[in-house]
Amino acid sequence: MLAFILRRLAQALFVIAAMLVIVFFGVNVVGDPIYMLISPEMDQQQIAETARALGLDRPIWEQFLVFLKNAAQGDLGRSFVHGESAIKLILHRMPATLELAFVALVLAIVIGLPLGLYAGLKPESRLSRFIMAVSILGFSLPTFWVGLMLILTFAVGLGWLPATGRGPTVSILGLETSLLSLKGWQHVALPALNLALLKISLVIRLARAGAREAALMDYVKFARAKGLSQSRIIGVHILKNIMIPIVTVLGLEFGSLVAFSVVTETIFAWPGMGRLLLEAITRLDRPVIVAYVMVVVVLFVTINLLVDLVYSALDPRVRLTEATS
Amino acid sequence: MSEATLPAAAPPVEAKEETPFRRFVRSFIEDRLALFGLALFILIVLLAVAAPLIAPQNPYDLASVDVMDSRQPPGAASGEGFTMWLGSDGVGRDLLSGILYGLRISLMVGAFSGILAATIGSAVGLIAAYVGGRTENAIMRLVDLQLSLPSVLVALILVAGLGKGVDKIIIALVMVQWAYYARTVRGSALVERRKEYVEAAQSLGLSHARTVFRHILPNCLAPVIVIVTVQTAHAISLEATLSFLGVGLPQTEPSLGVLIANGFQYMLSGSYWISVFPGFALLMTIVSINLVGDRLRDVLNPRLEK
Repeated sequence: MLAFILRRLAQALFVIAAMLVIVFFGVNVVGDPIYMLISPEMDQQQIAETARALGLDRPIWEQFLVFLKNAAQGDLGRSFVHGESAIKLILHRMPATLELAFVALVLAIVIGLPLGLYAGLKPESRLSRFIMAVSILGFSLPTFWVGLMLILTFAVGLGWLPATGRGPTVSILGLETSLLSLKGWQHVALPALNLALLKISLVIRLARAGAREAALMDYVKFARAKGLSQSRIIGVHILKNIMIPIVTVLGLEFGSLVAFSVVTETIFAWPGMGRLLLEAITRLDRPVIVAYVMVVVVLFVTINLLVDLVYSALDPRVRLTEATS
Repeated sequence: MSEATLPAAAPPVEAKEETPFRRFVRSFIEDRLALFGLALFILIVLLAVAAPLIAPQNPYDLASVDVMDSRQPPGAASGEGFTMWLGSDGVGRDLLSGILYGLRISLMVGAFSGILAATIGSAVGLIAAYVGGRTENAIMRLVDLQLSLPSVLVALILVAGLGKGVDKIIIALVMVQWAYYARTVRGSALVERRKEYVEAAQSLGLSHARTVFRHILPNCLAPVIVIVTVQTAHAISLEATLSFLGVGLPQTEPSLGVLIANGFQYMLSGSYWISVFPGFALLMTIVSINLVGDRLRDVLNPRLEK
C-alpha cells in the first residue's frame, strides 16, 4: 500500500512539473505583454526600464529558471497589472469560486438524483422520456447560452433574482461566504444553476443507469419479498448502491466545475478566480495565467489522487492490476 | 413481431445484394428524430452557403448599414425599406443577415477544426497502436493528461497564447480535440492489428505505411465518424463560448458567438432579440448535429469511450 501511495504521489508530482513547463513556455512564447502595460507617452528608455523591472528583457530560459526558483518557494510571480503576487490574487478570489462550485454540486445532486431515479425506475413513462430528452439538451446546450436565458427569464423578464454580482459576505472561521443571508442565496441561485446544468444531466444519466441495473438485483427482489415499502426500497437499498459511482464521478467533476466557472462567472459578474483569469488573458497578464493554471492543475491532481487512494483502499483489485501491469 | 416476418418477406437473394452502406442508410432513417436533425442541419448549411444571395443586407458592407436602424425590434422596417424580421443590432445591422453570415463562420470553424483534428488525431492514434512500446506509451500519457483537463480551460489557455483570429481559433480547437480521436482510433487499431488480414498484408511485404493507412485505417473509421459529428458540434459550441468571452473571434469575423456577445450588453435594458436569435441559431445547429451524431452512434455502434 505504501509503495502504491508513493508511486501515485510521484506520478502526481510529475504531472504538475510537466504542466509547469508546458504552461510557462506556452504562455510566454507568443505576444509581448510590454505593449499592453506601457502608456503611449513613455519613451524608449522608460519602456526598457519597465521590461527590466518585470524581468522581460532576459532570455526565456533564464526567465524560466527564475520562475522555477521562485515557484519552489511558492511564489509564481507578480501580476503585471495589479503588481501583487499572482498566487495571492488567485487565492483571494478562490473562495467565491469554490462557493459557487459547491452550490452547483449540491444542486446537481438534489435535482439530478430524484429525476434520474424516476427515469430509471419507470423507463417507459412519458415523464421519463421527457427527463431524458432534457438531459440530452443539457449536454448539448452551450453553458453561456443557458446563462443568458436564465438572466433573460428570471432577472429581466420576471425580475425575481438579481442578474449579477455576489451577495454580502460574512467571515466564518476565516472563510468568506455569502451563503448565510437570503440576499447571498438570491445572488448565487442563477449562476449556480447555470454551472450545475451539465452536471445535472450527468447525474440524471448515472442515476438512471444505476437504478435500472439495481432494480433487477436479488437484494431488491428480496426486499420486495420481505414486504418493505417501495419508498424504503428506493430510498435505502437502491440509493445506497447507486450513490458510490455518482459520488466518485462528481468528486472528479468538481475540478471541471471550477474550470467551467470561467464562463459562468463572466456572465453573472461573479467575483471569482475565473473572471480573474479572463481579465488576465485579455491583458496578457502572464503570471496570473500561469498561476491560475497551476492552482487548477494542483486541484485536479489532488482530487484524482484522493479518489485513487480511496478506491484502492476500498477495492484491493485496483492495486493488484496496477502492480502486474 | 415484425422482425420475425421480415426475413420471410424479403427474398434472401436481395438481402445478400444489400451493400453495407445501404444497410447503414436504411437503419439510420428508421429514427424520425435523427432524420429531422439531418434535414435541419442540411437546411442550416444551405442557408449559410446561400447567405450572400438570400440575406436582405450585407452586414459587412458599411454603406448599406444605417445607424438610425439600430436596436429596432423584430419586424420593424429598415431605412432602406426591407423588413427586419428579427430586428437589428446595436449598430443598425439587420439581425437576420447577421445570423446568416455568422452561421458561415461558425460552421466553417467547426468543420475545419473537426476535419483537421480527426485527421491528425487518427494518424497519431494509428501510429501509437502500430508502433507500440515507448512511443505509444508517451503518446497515450499525453492524451490522458490532456483529456483529464476540461476542454474550455485548455482552449482558453491556448487562445491566451495564440491570440485572436479564425486561423488561431481553429488551431486551438484542433489541439483541444485531437486527443479524443487518438484515443479512440488507438483502441480500435489495437484490436485490428491482431487480425489475420494485417498479418497477410505484412507477409505480402507491403510497406508499413500502406498496411496502416490502407488496411487498418478503413476498419477503424466507424467510431471516427461518430466522434467527428459530436466533436464538430462541440467545436462550434466552444468557438461560440470563446467568442462570447471576448477571446475568440474578433469583431471583423462575426460568428454567432460574437453576435451573442454584442447583444449581451443590451439584454438587461430589454433588447433581448440581439442575443436571443443568434443564440437560437447556434442552438439549432448544435442540436441538429447532435441528433445525427446520436443516431450514428446507435447505428455504427462503436465501443465509444468519452
